[in-house]
Amino acid sequence: AAAGARWNHVWVGTETGILKGVNLQRKQAANFTAAGQPRREEAVSALCWGAGGETQILVGCADRTVRYFSTEEGRFQGQKHCPGGEGTFRGLAQVDGTLITCVESGIVRVWRDNDKEASSDPLLELSVGPGVCRMRQDPAHPHLIATGGKENALKVWDLQGSEEPVFRAKNVRNDWLDLRVPIWDQDIQFLPESQKLVTCTGYHQVRVYDPASPQRRPVLEATYGEYPLTAMTLTPGANSVIVGNTHGQLAEIDLRQGRLLGCLKGLAGSVRGLQCHPSKPLLASCGLDRVLRVHRIRNPRGLEHKVYLKSQLNCLLLSGRDNWEDEPQEP
Amino acid sequence: MSSVRLRKEIKRRGKDPIGHIPEIILNNFTTRLGHSVGCMFAFLFPHNLQFIRREVATFHNQRDCIFFRLHRYIFKSEKKGGIQELGPRFTIKLRSLQKGTFDSKYGDYEWVHKLWEMDISRRKLHI
Repeated sequence: AAAGARWNHVWVGTETGILKGVNLQRKQAANFTAAGQPRREEAVSALCWGAGGETQILVGCADRTVRYFSTEEGRFQGQKHCPGGEGTFRGLAQVDGTLITCVESGIVRVWRDNDKEASSDPLLELSVGPGVCRMRQDPAHPHLIATGGKENALKVWDLQGSEEPVFRAKNVRNDWLDLRVPIWDQDIQFLPESQKLVTCTGYHQVRVYDPASPQRRPVLEATYGEYPLTAMTLTPGANSVIVGNTHGQLAEIDLRQGRLLGCLKGLAGSVRGLQCHPSKPLLASCGLDRVLRVHRIRNPRGLEHKVYLKSQLNCLLLSGRDNWEDEPQEP
Repeated sequence: MSSVRLRKEIKRRGKDPIGHIPEIILNNFTTRLGHSVGCMFAFLFPHNLQFIRREVATFHNQRDCIFFRLHRYIFKSEKKGGIQELGPRFTIKLRSLQKGTFDSKYGDYEWVHKLWEMDISRRKLHI
């Protein structure tokens, strides 16, 4: 299992602290733990790819440690303790040999990324406001990050720039009863080839912001369902997003017109992680019903794979490589 | 919850079971979800291994419906025993399982019963 770790298609982090690697071609799932027994204190709250392609995974755990996992060797290589602030990790990112962490109380820290030192002082520290639900890095400009949360408006920060945010979103106008609309940004995505951002909220809204335009209010707003939207991902082609809510409903929403394109069925629990493949029309979803599902988004829309993984799944990483089917033969 | 029969509607019932801790029987909770739900029912009652009173509460799962009965048993002879029905009887179906405390609007659901997705086939059972 350790030798075949590099061919795993999906990596899933669970509430018990185990990293599971799933190979959809061979239909196998393997568990990887840092040490011994799985524990609730080490619940995986954030996953991201490390430096150098997809050879390393950074696993952020609830006890404020970031563990380094090598997919080439199939084992954990080291860990780094990241103190400061309260709450679990809400975002992990890596740029230029530094590690960016964001916790729930709003402390964003940039750490020097040498895993030989167990802990060191942060290079940079930002306070983004309490109640953060997500911190996302712009894949096109790795030094830009966006943060948002409950009663914490969307802000885009430049880590190489000043301490003030580059873009601070404004709340929408008061509703028809003249009441302030509450803010609860649950997930953020950067749209490629433009400066726009999409957020999905706990009040079942999907909003598009454009920092290049003079208005700080959302450019487009769409709603779906009656339950909080918990996860979001962009589709290949980037004209639509797929959102999931706490009832397990997955929906594809067009960003040009703001209308519902279609739904995906199958999930029975709250959606915790969603990711689309960058080129193929495949969507991986995981949630509290302990099953990892891979759907095909178009022609035809339906379920491709379903894998029962015994613990509650918190986050996932889908391998973006193209040679899904081609596997080298065992010698 | 459906098919509720309150205590006064049950014919030939026994005396009041109030204050006595019954034993629990869980029947047919086979799937992973069924096992979790069955454990939750068992933990509703205090755990008492003394078996003082001869009362037993049965949760029987058949085709995603859970039937609840409360009986008192006596041993008439070595091999034969008799039961007497006390207590209410009802049938319940699982609608949803939430993570954390009850919050129907903003809470996370571990399992939600979706009528048009899950009840299409008669052969597919969840609990």
